[in-house]
Parts: sequence; structure tokens; C-alpha cells
Amino acid sequence: MGEMLVGIYVFVLATLAGREVITKVPPTLHTPLMSGANAISGISIVGALVVSAQVNEGLAQWLGGLAIALAMINVVGGFMVTDRMLEMFKKR
Amino acid sequence: MNLSMAVEISYLFSSVLFVIGLKRLQSPATARGGNQLAALAMLVAIVATLLNNQIVDPTAILIGMAVGTLLGGTAARMVQMTEMPELVGIFNGFGGAASALVAAAELLRLDSVGVTSPLGEGISIVLSCLIGTVTFSGSFVAFGKLKGLISGNPITFPLQKTLNAGLFLGLLLLGGSIMGLFQVGALNTLTTFSIFTAVALALGILLVIPIGGADMPVVISLLNSYSGLAASAAGFVIGSNVLIISGALVGASGLILTLIMCKAMNRSLGNVAFGAFGGESTSAAKGDDSDKIARSVDPEGAAMILAYAQSVVIVPGYGLAVAQAQHELRKVADNLEERGIDVKYAIHPVAGRMPGHMNVLLAEADVPYDKLFDLDEINDDFDRTDVVLVVGANDVVNPEAHNPQSVIAGMPILDVDKAKSVIVMKRSLSTGFAGIDNPLFYMNHTSMLFGDAKEAMNDLVREVREA
Repeated sequence: MGEMLVGIYVFVLATLAGREVITKVPPTLHTPLMSGANAISGISIVGALVVSAQVNEGLAQWLGGLAIALAMINVVGGFMVTDRMLEMFKKR
Repeated sequence: MNLSMAVEISYLFSSVLFVIGLKRLQSPATARGGNQLAALAMLVAIVATLLNNQIVDPTAILIGMAVGTLLGGTAARMVQMTEMPELVGIFNGFGGAASALVAAAELLRLDSVGVTSPLGEGISIVLSCLIGTVTFSGSFVAFGKLKGLISGNPITFPLQKTLNAGLFLGLLLLGGSIMGLFQVGALNTLTTFSIFTAVALALGILLVIPIGGADMPVVISLLNSYSGLAASAAGFVIGSNVLIISGALVGASGLILTLIMCKAMNRSLGNVAFGAFGGESTSAAKGDDSDKIARSVDPEGAAMILAYAQSVVIVPGYGLAVAQAQHELRKVADNLEERGIDVKYAIHPVAGRMPGHMNVLLAEADVPYDKLFDLDEINDDFDRTDVVLVVGANDVVNPEAHNPQSVIAGMPILDVDKAKSVIVMKRSLSTGFAGIDNPLFYMNHTSMLFGDAKEAMNDLVREVREA
């Protein structure tokens, strides 16, 4: 249970840090913020890689591969589309 | 320093870069760099993970990465800016599904090894699967509604809330028994787990179908938050802090955007989730507009009003984006500016179909971001503004919001009626999502320029040039 408690500490503190940082993002950037957040939630690719690395049989392996593909869509698609949008934001 | 130590430090480095990257989104000038920093953080995390693990069989990993990169890259390049809500919606779903699959794959692995697992891991697997699956199926319903594949009207049926509550209770029981099976190290948690996943899929669908199309900005913001929470839960499953931190950041971001959207629509989160509002259900006072006369103006007349103003504020609404008229709008604004007129844009938080959507659409039309002002920044300026040009917006400029009797009472609006004159470009006098009449259209200083936003805007470009 100790490891889990440390995890909860990390989670709570990261949420507070996120709140501080994100509250100050101006409304102009809310769409890129959301698509960028999409990309960051693709971090589950790390989980998918860790699990997939350990297995070499049937179902678990393919579920892992599917998880990798879906997370990778988020990562690549999310960062690229956010970049495409932010490139258009220009000052006078 | 051994390899696993170096990998842990890389994860810490990634986590820090994610926070700094998000911090740079606080200004449009640094935002692009911030996003690239976050992408670098992701690359570091992926490379560190690949180096750290003894990969038994790389086939599935390589195929997964290649397919994901190809599909994600194609989607990012092809998507129209008007379709951003759909893209974000479907990405939320993929993120949720990936986290749920991580939990499922880990469960399968534990099941095949047959080890007893601590309670903590059982809880994490169940939570990760639950949040991830609900996010997945809910996001696909939201995507269908945005895309028009499923009716945008709220879909309701008797005992809907009772059914949802029943499903939730069932999930608690099933989740509890999965944890129990883990505790004793029993094999064959699979059947229970499959039923659990199926029920979670159904719950995700049932939670989103009663929500109307107009409320989708709230829903995709909330699902965005869930996709982050699912990633955090997956972090607990594999004991990885970088997942917990990144997921928490996304969870916080989605929740903040959800609350901003709720406030802009004057609704509580509970009201959005259970209110089944946003379709034609509100048959509220259509108003007796028989005795009221709206003054109509032709493009030439509107151009005259605009050309002889000193300050103009443009209020774009979703009608503008639907008609794809943002480029023509910019031409009108450019022309006015060449005459030395001060032109600004007032953006209501729900002007587009997701938070900040209208700003992206205008940025695409090369409107500089320092001319875009949000509600709080510009509302005090309207009484000093000569002309307001409202394009395809309705509820967000309805002064009825200040009338305590109205169904939209208290909704934050742009007080355009305070300007010296108002031009409203709109197809007809029809009502907006709230289904109520807009007194602004009948005011003495308001002129209605009827027509499709793109055609009317083209006429206006020509007339302003000649004026």
C-alpha cells in the first residue's frame, strides 16, 4: 500500500501544479491546449510499451500492440495538429 | 549509475518538460515552442522506456508504433480547422482506450503467471479499465453527435437515470470481485473482467446520449479530463510516476476547461450531464414578435454605417464558421482598417464548438491574435464603440440574459446593445440554441443584414471597398 500512497501524493501534487499552470492559459489558446493535452495523455504509450515488452504470447501481446497504436495516434496526431494550429497564431 | 537509474531520471526530466511546455502555452508568442517541448518530453519518455525493457518479442510493438504514427500524422495533416472538435473528441477516445488496454494486458499477464497481487494493483487495474472504457465509448458517441452521425438532440428514455445508477452499482460489484479474485491469486478473472468492460462500455454510451449537441463543448472538455485520469490510473497499474504526473496535468486541464465552458453557458456540470438541454426540447416563449419590427439593411447600407465609424467591434459566432466566411470577414476588417478605423474582435467563450475554437478559425484567416478580445476584456468597451458587427451569433449577444425572468438569465453575454449602432448578419430572425427570441434584433439602433454569412460577407467586402 505504501507505493500506492506515494503515487497518490504525486497525483495530487501534479494536479495542483497543473491547475496553477493551466488556469493562466488565455482563452485564445484553449483549443491548442486541449489538443496538446490529448497528445500528453498519449503518455499511456509508456505503459503500453512496458506491458508489451514483457509478453510474447497471443492475446496480451496484441492488446498491448493495439494500446501502442492508439496511444501513438494521440501522441503523433496531437502534437502535430497543435503545432499546425499554433503556427497560424500571429501578431500584427 | 545503472541503466534503470538513468531511465528514472529521464522520466523525471520528461515530467518537468511537460509542465514547462504547458506553462509556455500561457502566451501565444511562446506556445509553439511549449508544444514542441512537450513533444520532446514524450520522445524522451518513449526512448527511455524502449531502452529500459528487455523486449521479448518486438513484432507487436513495431507494428503498433508504425500504424499509430501513420494514422495520427495523416489525421493531423488532413483535418479541417472547423473539424477540430471531432478530432479532439476521437483522440480523447483513443487515449482512454489505450489506458484501458494497458490495464487489460497487465491483467492477462498476471492471470497467465498466476501470482497474487496486492490490493493496490487490483484497484488500479479496475479503475484504469473503468475510466478508460467510459472515456472511449463516451467519446465515440460525442464524435457521432458532432459529426451528425447520431442525432444532436438529447436522446432520453424512461428510467434512464435508474439504469445508469444500476450499471454503476454493477460495476462496483464486478470491480470488487475482480479485486477479491486478485487477492487470493485465483486464475480466471478474465470472464468477470470481460463483463466489467462490457458494462463500462454501455455506461459510457448511456452517459453521453442524453446530452444535446449544443453542450458538446462541455462534454469533450470533460472527456479530455477523463482521458488524462485514465492515463494516471494506468500509471498506478505499472507503477510509473511519469504517467501519473502527465495524466494528472491533462485531468486538471480538461476539468478547468469544463468549468469555464459551464460558466460561459450559465449551467452547472450536473445540469449539463442530466439536464437533457440543448435540443428543441425548450419550447419556451417564442415571443410575440408580431408587433415588433426588425429594421433590415442591404449590404450597401451596412457598408456605409461601417465605413463612417471610428471604432468597430466584430462579434463572430458559429454561423460564421459554418459558412466558412472567416476569410471574407478579414477582408472587410482589412478594408476598414485601411480607412483608419479601429477594428477589434470580441470572442465569447462558446462562439465555436469547443473552447477557443473561434480563435483558431480566425487565426487560420490570418487575423492577428492581439485583436481578439474575450468577454471580460471587451465588455466595458461597447458603450464607447460606434458599430458592432455581429456575424452568425445569437444567444451570446441576447440582452435577455440580464432579465431575471428569462431562461438564459445570468448567462454571461457580450453587451453589444450598448454600442451606438449594431449590424446583425444572420439568415433569419430565428432563435438560437436557447430557443428564445432576441430583443436585440428589434432595437432602434440595430440593423439586420439578412443572408448567408459567406454571400452577405462577399457583398459587404465589395460595398465597403466602394463606400
